[in-house]
Formats: sequence, structure tokens, C-alpha cells
Amino acid sequence: MSGSQSQEHPRGRAAASISRIGLTLFWIYVLLYAGFIGLVLFRPDLLSQRPFGGVNLAIASGMGLIGSALVLAVVYMAACRVVEANSSRRS
Amino acid sequence: MLYESSPIAILIFAAFVLGVVGLSFYLGRKGQSAKGYYTAHGEVHWFVNGVAFAGDYLSAASFLGICGMIAFHGYDGFLYSIGFLAGWIVALFVIAEPIKALGRFTFADALDSRFNSRGIKLSVAISTLVVSIFYLIPQMVGAGDLIVPLLGLPHTAGVVLVGVAVTLIVVTAGMVSTTWVQFIKGSLLVFFCGILVAMILNRGLVVGTGAAANLTPQVRTVTPEGAVLIDGKPQSKSHDLRPVGSITALPARYAGQTATGPLRPLEYLAALEDSTIVTWSSKKHSDAAGTHTTFTPVERQGSELLKPGGYFKGLTTGKLADKLDFASLMLALFCGTASLPHILIRYYTVKDAADARKSTVVGIAAIGGFYCLTLYLGLGAMTSGALDPTSTNMAAPLLAKSFSTTLFAIISAIAFTTVLGTVSGLIMAGSGAVAHDLVENVLRIPMNDHEKVRCGRIAAVGLGIIAMVLGVLFRNFNVSFLVGWAFNIAASANLPALVMLLFWPRTTKQGIIAAVTVGMISSLAWILLSADTFEKVYGWSREASIVPFSQPGIVTIPLGFLVLVVVSLLTPPPAETVRRHG
Repeated sequence: MSGSQSQEHPRGRAAASISRIGLTLFWIYVLLYAGFIGLVLFRPDLLSQRPFGGVNLAIASGMGLIGSALVLAVVYMAACRVVEANSSRRS
Repeated sequence: MLYESSPIAILIFAAFVLGVVGLSFYLGRKGQSAKGYYTAHGEVHWFVNGVAFAGDYLSAASFLGICGMIAFHGYDGFLYSIGFLAGWIVALFVIAEPIKALGRFTFADALDSRFNSRGIKLSVAISTLVVSIFYLIPQMVGAGDLIVPLLGLPHTAGVVLVGVAVTLIVVTAGMVSTTWVQFIKGSLLVFFCGILVAMILNRGLVVGTGAAANLTPQVRTVTPEGAVLIDGKPQSKSHDLRPVGSITALPARYAGQTATGPLRPLEYLAALEDSTIVTWSSKKHSDAAGTHTTFTPVERQGSELLKPGGYFKGLTTGKLADKLDFASLMLALFCGTASLPHILIRYYTVKDAADARKSTVVGIAAIGGFYCLTLYLGLGAMTSGALDPTSTNMAAPLLAKSFSTTLFAIISAIAFTTVLGTVSGLIMAGSGAVAHDLVENVLRIPMNDHEKVRCGRIAAVGLGIIAMVLGVLFRNFNVSFLVGWAFNIAASANLPALVMLLFWPRTTKQGIIAAVTVGMISSLAWILLSADTFEKVYGWSREASIVPFSQPGIVTIPLGFLVLVVVSLLTPPPAETVRRHG
């Protein structure tokens, strides 16, 4: 990241770690989102299938995307807390 | 349709709105310095800020627009929910922490944090104003739509009411008051929509009776003299359009029954898929007698409505232009959230980057939970037998009305404060763009703290007036559709500059100015030349449009990135980069 903090300082390393974690999780979600949009565009027939006890894939995948955003957000929070705790110990 | 106002509904509505506004004034009485006016002193607690994110973000588009779109067209409204929520991933993982380190009051501050450039301040301030105005339009339209069934007043009255109320909020107490309005509204919205969904599930699915079961087409005519006829006769309380939206047949497993009884969330969706539902299409034509809108019932299986293609017809045509249009919209929704100035300024109200992160997670939880509810709200409205065929935006309040007048009043009041909350945030962002960015930093008119606040207040009044005028002019649009335009412009103008500033050291001030300017102008021009605008704004033929599809994001967002890279490479690197990299 093009920040002004030194990479040598523990706080600078923590910020860089947090940024890397964020970008990794970001790309995971991009894949999920792009996959969903791809299905809507090119295989809408699949989205009419009902593999989950009566709810079709369109609804299940839509709800899944919403739910996975929250899951990834919580994972991010937890990971950042660990990074910041380690950084405090080092500094 | 014509509506009768209910004294109880008006009382509950007034009590709610006055209570929320009064509470926000009381809580916001301390924000009198510039730092207090624009950023609430940076002292907002992360949890309050997180819920305020929800209150800021969940606008008329989310509540009224999506619910209405699902009620009339099925699953496709939920695609807006998915896209709107996905944008928060960009905000959380890419923007939230770094932007806290940039800037002071406004989005222009953030982009100009390294350059001290009047050009950046000017271009970004204009971009902020354009995005804010485009986002304001659907909110004001939504406000007008709420007032019509509740108070029986014309659409314009609702627009003026919200314009006056929100201008008072912003002018008197600024960001502190705005934050509390958004916090209260966000909490109430999620809570009461949860109550409404619980009631929908408890009611289950019911075969339509009464007026909603009448499947005769209806015709609404507006004569050249302005008179309104329903099926050829003058519209009156006793001769009006019938409410619509009903079930004609339940799934086979409920044979012999006219109602399913209470259903669990997944059971509800499964039962709806197997039911036969009547939706209503509309077609307009004009002749010497006037403009006639014919509403025709269409009986369909629920499974047809719960898959993509009900609103975005292009998904089933196979045409490349239609697919690009949809992909472009979903890209704009994904990229737009983190580019909205009124969302970004909320990051300056918390004390540090960790709080910015935590508040975003709280926001995602509240917003995500709400969007899951919108599917049930829309489907509940679709089968409520209470829809007004002339307005998609009224589906949610009318759904509440199908349960009780009290709930209708509460939901309408919450929807109204929903609009208040979002419009407050937008006017704050716009007011900052005018007073702080344009007057203080571009025109370099020196102002003390008191004068900065006064300038912000004057700008707020001006924006409030503009918002009211536009809300009246655009009254016939679905609000989600209008907000999609704002997302396109925000994502095209702001996101490339923000992301590249954060992640590419070679970004120059000329690159930022060029990216913001080109992104804004190209997306705006595309929208103004699109088939949807030709048909719905100018009243011209769609075929006369010169752009291949209506949503510009898939072209203009990459264009913004490209322009920034090219211009940055063609201009001298910033001094900091030269010092670090030689």
C-alpha cells in the first residue's frame, strides 16, 4: 500500500499485514460475486433448480452471497485483532 | 389510486417523525464548530457509526424501491439487494482503514491529502455535488410517494415536507444531529421490517379475495384537460383502480385450503414457488382522448417469478447488449458504495482506523440483515392484494396497510425517517463540497470557523431547494432505478481515483483530476443519451438512443482507471515518489 508509514516500524508492518488480509478476502468475494453474476448471465436455467428443500438456487445463492459478506467481515475483524495484538507486543 | 387519510395514522406518523427529529436536535446541540458541524468532532462511537452507516445507506431505494420491484417483477429486485450489499466489501477491505488516514472533512480532502491541488478539490467537489444530486432525486420521489397514501396529500407535499425537515436538521446541527437521525432510523428500520416479515410469515399465503381477486383489466386515462378516468368514468373514492397482487392457487399439498397458515422462512419461499400468482403489467398508449394506461393481469407460476429475468428482460433475450447492460449495473453497484461521498465522510466521524473497520462490520451486519428481509417484504407485498398498480414505490407501506392502519403509520413514519436520514447525509456531503472544498479551498476565500459553518448552512439550504424541485420532476420513476444511476456516476468518477491513490505511488494530481472529470462526464453523458432516459425523461423513442445499453459502468469505470494511469504516466511523478524511489 502506498502509505507513508515505514515498513520497518511494527505499526507499519501491522498496517501492511491488515492491508494484505483485506485484499485477500476482497478477491475471494470478487470470485464469489463474479461467479454468481456469471450464472445469472449465462446459466439462468441452473438458478431455477431447487436442490435445498424447495428453495431454488437463485435465492440460495443470493442469500449465500449476503451471508458470506458478513462471514468474511467477521474473519477480517478477528484477523486484524490478532495482527494488532502482535504488533502491540512487538512495539 | 385515491387515498383517504386516517387521523390515527397521521398522529402516529407525526409523533414518530417529530420524536426522531427532536431527539436528533437535542443530541446534536453541541456540533457548532466546523469540526463538529462536518465530522461530529470525530467522536462517534464505532457501534453508533456502524448503525448510522445502515441508516445513511438504507435509503428509499433499498426500502421502497427494492420492495416495489420485487412485488411487481419478482426476483430481479433482489439482485439490487445483492449488488448494494456487495459494495460494502470494497468499502471494508479496500477503503475503510486507509481513508481514515487521508483528509479531514470531505472526500475531496481525502483525494487531495498528498497534493494540495485546487484542481483536485474543484473536480472532486463537483463530482460530489453531481452524485449527491442524483442520489437525492430518488429519496425525494420516495418521500412524495409515502405522503400520498398516508395523508392523502399530493406528491409535491411530501417532497416539500422532507425537504424542509431535512434542511432544518442539517442547518441547525450538522453531522452530530445527522448521525443520530441515521442511528435511530437505521435501528427502527431493521427492527420494524423484522416485525413486518414475522407478520408476513405468520399470515402465510392466502388465496386472493375481494377486489384483488377481480382479474378484469383496468384502464386509467388522463384526458388532455387533466381529468382522470378509470375504465371510462371519472375517478372518485367509489370508482377507482382496484388494488392488485394476489394468489389464485396454492400448492397441491394445500388442496382444498384457501390459506397455508403460518410458515417458516424457507417454507414460505418453497410454497410461493409452487403457487399461482397474479402480477399486473401495464402498457401506455395515447390518442385524441388522452393517455391510456392499461393494467392487465398475468397469471404465473411462482417459480417463474423467483428467478432472474422478470425485470431485466434482457437476461432471457440472449442479446449481448442486454447482458452487458445487466453486468454493467452489477459492476456499478459493487463499485459504487465505496465511492459515495456521503458514505465516505462517515469515516471521519470515528476516532481511528480500527473504529472505522469495526463500524463497517456493524454496518454490513445491519445492512445485510435488512436486505435478506427485503425479499420477504417484496414477496409479501406481491401477494398482499393491496398493491397500487400505478406505483411500485408504495408497495412496502401498502403491504403494512394490509395488516393494520397502525402498522401502516409506523412503517410510513420509519420510511419517512429513512428518507430524512439519507437526505441529511447527502446534503451534509454536498454542503461540505460547496463550503469547504469550493469556497474555502478552490476560491480561497478565508473564513473563520463560524463563517465556515454558516457557509455550510447556506449551501445546505440551496441543496435542499434543488432536491425538492427534482423530486417533483422525477416523480414517476422507480427509486431503485434512479439510485442505480447515482452508483454508476460515483463508481466512474470517484473509485478509480480513490483506489489508485491508495495503491499506486505513481498517481499524480493530474491523473486524479483527469480520472474524476472523465469518469463523471462520460457516465453522465452516457446516462443522458441512454434508451431509458430517452423514453422516460425526454418522452422520445428508445430506438433513437445512440448508446448500446443504459448502464455505463462497464465502460466508464475502466475508462476512469485507464485515464488515470495514462495521464499519471505522462505527468511528473509526485515529489514523495521521487524521494522514495529516486
